[in-house]
Parts: sequence; structure tokens; C-alpha cells
Amino acid sequence: MKVIANFFKQLKDYPSAIAGLAIIFLMVCLAIYAVFAIPYEQAVKLWRGDDKVWADTPRNARPVWFNWFYKEKQPVTINLNSAKDPSLKSVQDLGGGMSMVDVVFEFDYNYDGFPSEISLFFTSKFNSARPNVDITWITPDGREIPMSNMALSASNTYTISQDNALSRRLRGVAPEKGLFADPNDPSKVVKGTYKMVIEGLVFEEGADYDAKLVVYGKLHGLAGTDHRRRDITIALLWGTPVALSFGLLAAVGSSLITMMLAAAAVWFGGWVDAVIRRINEIVMILPLLPILIMVGLFYSRSIWAILGVVILLGIFGSSILSYRSMFLQVKQSGYIEAARAYGASSGRIIFRYMIPKVIPVLIPGFVTQVPSYVFLEATLAVLNLGDPLLPTWGKLLNDAYSEGALFTGHFYWVLQPAILLVLTGLGFAMLGFALDRIFNPRLRGL
Amino acid sequence: MANVETAEKQTVQKTQRTSGNLGRIAKYTLMKGITLLITVVIGVYLAILIANGGGYVDKMREGQIREQVSLQLAGNPEMAYLSQAEREQIYEQTVQIRIRQVGLDQPFMVRSFRYLWNGLTLNLGKAEYLLSDSGSRQVRNILGERLTPTLLLMASGQMLLFFTSVFFALFLSRRYGSVIDRIVVAMAPTSAAPAWFYGIFLILIFAALLGWLPFGGMIDAPPPQNPWLRAVSVLKHMVLPVGAIVLSSIFLTSYYWRTFFLIYSSEDYVDMAKAKGLSDRAIERRYVLRPTLPTIITSFALTLIGLWTGAIVLETVFGWPGIGRLTQSAINMFDTPVIVGTVVIYAYLLALTVFLLDIIYALVDPRVKLGGGEK
Repeated sequence: MKVIANFFKQLKDYPSAIAGLAIIFLMVCLAIYAVFAIPYEQAVKLWRGDDKVWADTPRNARPVWFNWFYKEKQPVTINLNSAKDPSLKSVQDLGGGMSMVDVVFEFDYNYDGFPSEISLFFTSKFNSARPNVDITWITPDGREIPMSNMALSASNTYTISQDNALSRRLRGVAPEKGLFADPNDPSKVVKGTYKMVIEGLVFEEGADYDAKLVVYGKLHGLAGTDHRRRDITIALLWGTPVALSFGLLAAVGSSLITMMLAAAAVWFGGWVDAVIRRINEIVMILPLLPILIMVGLFYSRSIWAILGVVILLGIFGSSILSYRSMFLQVKQSGYIEAARAYGASSGRIIFRYMIPKVIPVLIPGFVTQVPSYVFLEATLAVLNLGDPLLPTWGKLLNDAYSEGALFTGHFYWVLQPAILLVLTGLGFAMLGFALDRIFNPRLRGL
Repeated sequence: MANVETAEKQTVQKTQRTSGNLGRIAKYTLMKGITLLITVVIGVYLAILIANGGGYVDKMREGQIREQVSLQLAGNPEMAYLSQAEREQIYEQTVQIRIRQVGLDQPFMVRSFRYLWNGLTLNLGKAEYLLSDSGSRQVRNILGERLTPTLLLMASGQMLLFFTSVFFALFLSRRYGSVIDRIVVAMAPTSAAPAWFYGIFLILIFAALLGWLPFGGMIDAPPPQNPWLRAVSVLKHMVLPVGAIVLSSIFLTSYYWRTFFLIYSSEDYVDMAKAKGLSDRAIERRYVLRPTLPTIITSFALTLIGLWTGAIVLETVFGWPGIGRLTQSAINMFDTPVIVGTVVIYAYLLALTVFLLDIIYALVDPRVKLGGGEK
């Protein structure tokens, strides 16, 4: 207990260690929150989701907080649904089974930018006679723009922004702009209350339809969306537990086994030592990433299979040599001699006497190793070898890169996962460096 | 008379010693070379075992045989008179004979050694999808074409990194405790990120926002006719990737090396040299840099191993037409022969790097020179 208290007292002298610890703590909180807020299956489902899951979110939208920094406010998505809000719908019986079903969408639009897309989704139920709808757009300055007249099937999507006939009526301007633009200055938005009136006729008893208007904004959520309309927040959140567990497991796994092997090599000497050193020489020139690529391609892309190979190759990496030289010193000490004199077994000497002695040196080493494994996961994902199911930071970067986010100016897409990666890396590296100085007296003054 | 004799003896001894030194270095280098060669052989063998775990190398060979046989049979005019079933039967028979000829029916252990030899000589047959720029489908040609850009990029990045780090570290150790020294110590953890990661930020700043340098590639399209202009164009494209390599490691290496220099400059012999009144430069060169160089070279070797690994993504990010980007396209197209080829090439490159550093190590480490290293 006293040792730990003493340790924290020492740690207090290193502001970088405190900062590192704080970052790690925040990341762990974020990871726990992610796992509980979005359960694993749901995260996988959302991230693999086809267009149905993400029909109501804009494509490549920036994060909402962009509006804080710009004078010209960009719109967020407006979503009006008559199935959810029955007050938008009015039914008038015309007799003979026919009735008039009107849906009126009314919304305030006070942004400076135009929306990115507009779509109208219909769902209807009928037996044989298809309901008919007539759609009109009413601007705040009172202009009435007839949009379309159509017969509905069970489900229809009217992609207003791709309606070329409407575009021609709007003097060749794309509908998502033309419907909102000031006729005198087409680059300006007319602010105020817009109205979409859908006058429908159903021809059967019990037939009905519902409409959903989505005016896609240019901003969405805390982190924006990607090219498949998926909310990036999910990948940012879920990337945290994945990155942390991959980095920690790889670092802990490989350094613990490395240490045991080094201890065994030193204790038994002879051929055990020789074999381990030869394996180390081979592993040093084995190109880690190409080997992982082969494993990813030929066997399994699962992040846990990759983790196993990483640990296996990491065991015989360069650190085994430094542990070996440490254990060589430990082996000479008097208390090992004493243990041998009372007849302690090899296992007892290795696990009870040799390993505990070097654990303080192990801790900074493994903490500084964590970031390299976190980045390794990202590296694999950028090479298209990311886990096929899980959303991770690396996969976000890969998507962004393959969609040319840097060329098209979608910087948020690259920067957000990158910043999280940097933060995680920095947190562990800063802590590790400070620990190294605490445990390594030769470095203390420097 | 006696004086002359002793002087002569001394010169004789001296020449003997220098030739002995060279001999020792040569012997050391040879030994290292042989050990590395053996390690490369084992490494490639392991790689082939991994690749063949899923039977992919076998499939690769069989595919080649089938292609050859069908080409042969298609060119044979006598085949035209046979029925479809007969033709297929002959095709199958020929394939089986060829498979036996090549030895695909032998047990895997026997075959694996032949694969090893083919792998080591990069005799990997034809790529499945990829083509070299000259249009060849031989894996060896594709790899050979991409080797030069990779070597150009990595060698310049690594050399620049080494020399700037040494001078920067010396500079810092002279100004120990100054603001810039403390900044570097604080920046050292940033080296946790690999080079490609810095590459993204460099592209974002210098290509996307400022537009000073190209996004990627190796040369302007179309390439300039004048060889000087072409060199300038390549240099312009190299600035960002080389910058990313240097930036990703410089803070960590200069931090470590500066610490080494500081530890060594508190040795008694350095104080002695100071007391003798030697200039700072001379002290640094002879008493600080000299004894730390072997350690520095060893730590640099470790940095390089990391850099080679990162090069695959670095080249992908910058669109640099080297082995790394080839690996990336081979992954996306699932071109097995090329992937196995890149693994072999990277093993060679890593071994070569380690070997070169070993030679330099032998040149600068007095223990190797004087034969003390063996004890």
C-alpha cells in the first residue's frame, strides 16, 4: 500500500504523466459508455446497415458544431412524418368509398445555406385502386410551385432533388436550391415558414397513405456522416473500446510472455537460450506487416485472429534481448543463490524470484508499446484489412481515404478519428515516458 | 642501431595489426552475412508455410499449369478433330502428368523446399491480375520495377533522419535544459504515430489547404522532357513523404540519443578532455560521439525495422509507386503471387538494412576491430 502511495507521490512530479493518465481515464470512460450505449450487435448492424437504416441522414454531412464557427448557418436535417404525427393529416370522406387525404408539412427554415437533398417517402395501403397525390410547394413569400402528381404503390420514394422536370420549371436550378432560393437573387435563401401540401385521393374503403418529408441538411450529429449516410459518431465511439483492448491486450500479452521466455532462457541457459535467440533473429527480419497481411487475406480478418499473430510475433521482438540482459544481472544476485541453496525448483525461482524483480521495468516498457499496437490496428484497416464487422477508427480513415476526403475537403472525416488516435497514442506514450524516468534512475535527472 | 631496429619492428607490427583489423572486420561481416542469409531463408520458409496454410501456393502452381496446358492444347491443330469429351479428357490427363512432373503430388514437406528456392529467387511465376508498367506479368518484373522508387524514398528518408537526428541530438545535449530541449522531451511521445499518419496531416496542410506541394505520386503528369526538370519534379513529390518519415521519428530518436550523449558526457574522460583544453567540437567528436555510435546504430536499426513496415501504408497514402503501394493493390485484387513476392522482398530489404548497419557497426565499434567483442 505504501509503495503505491509513494509511487503516486513520485508521479505527481511529472505533469505529462498526469495528463497521460487523464487522457487514458477519459478514453476508458468513453469505451465503457460506447459498449453500454450501443450494444455490440447493434453497432455491427448499424455499421453494416444498408440504405434502409440510414435513409434519413444526409450524405457527407459535417458535424453540427461547424455552425458555431461560421457566420453563415448551415441547415440540419428536417424530418416530418405523418405516420408519427397524425395532426399533419386530415381526412375528408367524399362518399362512395372515396376520401380526400391531405397532408400538410409546415416547417421553419432560417438557415443561410441550402439543404443537400430533399426526398419524399410514401407508404400506402390499398387493394387495387392506387391512391393519387398532388404535391405543391409554398414558399414564405407566397409563391406556389406545383411539384408532381403521382399514383402511389405500396411504397414510393420521390427524390425531389433529382426531379428534372421540376428543375426545368425552376429555371434550370437544382430543386434543393431552387425551392428555397430568392427569385431575384438565386444565391440567397428565403427564410421563413415553408409549406408542402399533399392533396391525396383514395378510392377504396380503408385505403390510406402516409408521407414522410426529409429535407437533408448539411450538418449532422456530433461527428457528421460518411458517404453511406452512416453517423460517424458510432464508429468514433466503438473505435475506442476496440483500440484500447487491441492495444492493451497486445502489449500486455506480448510483454508478459516475452518476460517469462527471457527468464527461462537465462535460467536454463544452454540450448534453450540459443534457440530463443535464434528465433529472435529470425523474427527481427520477418516483415511484420506483410505477414499480417497474408494472415488477414488467407486465414481470417477478425481483429482477434490478427491480435493473436501480433502477440506471437511480438513475443520474440527486440524487447526479449533487453529482458534477457536484465535477467542475466538478476541471476547473479545473492538471493537467487540462496533460493538455489534451499532447493527451490526452477519454476519457483523463475516466477517467484526472477520475474517480480524486473516487473517495475516491464511496466513503462509495455505502456509505451500500447500506442504502436493501437496504430497497427489502424494501419491494417487503412490497408483494407480491418475487422469485417466492427467499426473502428482505422476503418473510418480507410473509408475517408478511399473516398478522397482530403481532395474533396471533407477534413472532419479524416481529422476526427485521427485526433482520437493521436490522443490515445499520446496518453499512453506520455505516461510510459514518465514511468520510464521514475523506474529508471539513470534517466531521472535528464 | 637498436633504435632503428625497434622502430622497424614497430612499423611491421603496425602493418600487421591493420591488416589483422581488416581481416577481423571482413570475418565479422562475413559471419554476419551468413547468419543473416540463413535467417532470411528460414524467414521466407515460414512465410511460405503461412501462405500455403490455406493451400494458396498449391493453387497458384496448379492454376499456372492449367493455363499453360490449355494454351498448348488450343494451339494444337489435331485437337480440332476430337469431340468435346475427348478434348477434356486429354486436357485433364496432360494436367495430371504435368502436376506429377512439377511434383505437386509429392508430400508438402518435399514441395515446400522447392517453393522456398523459388521464393528466394523470386521465381514466382505470373501475377494473377497486376501488370508491370512495361506490360509484363512476371512477378519478378513487377517487383523489380517497383523496387527503385521504394529504395529512393526510404533511403533518402532514413539517411536524412539519421543525420538530422545525430546533429539535433548533439545540439540538444549542448543546450541541456533549454526551452528547445524541453520541447523535444515533451514532443518525444508524438513518435508513437507511424509515418503515414503524419503523412495525412502533411497532405492536409501542404497539399489540400496551402496547395504548395502535390497530393501524391512520384512525378508530374505528363513527366517533363528535360532530365533536370524531371529530377526537380521527383524531388518536389518526395518532400512530403520524406518529411513524414523524418517527422515521425525525429523527436524520439533525438530524445534518446541526446540522453545517451548526456550520460556519456558526464564520464571522467570527458572531464579530462575538457581539462586538457580541447575544443567542444573535438570533445564531442572524439569522446562523446565515438563511444556512443555503436549503441546509436543499434537503436537506429530498430527504428528502421519499424519504418520499413510503415512504408507500405506510407506509399499507399502518398500514391508513391513502390513496393508498398504494389502490396496494397495486390491486397485489393487478391493477387497471391505478388503478395508472397512482396513478403520475400521485404524480408530481403530488412535483412539488407540490418546487414549494412552491421558493417557500419563493425567499422565504428572498436571491440569488433580489436577482436575484443568475442570475449
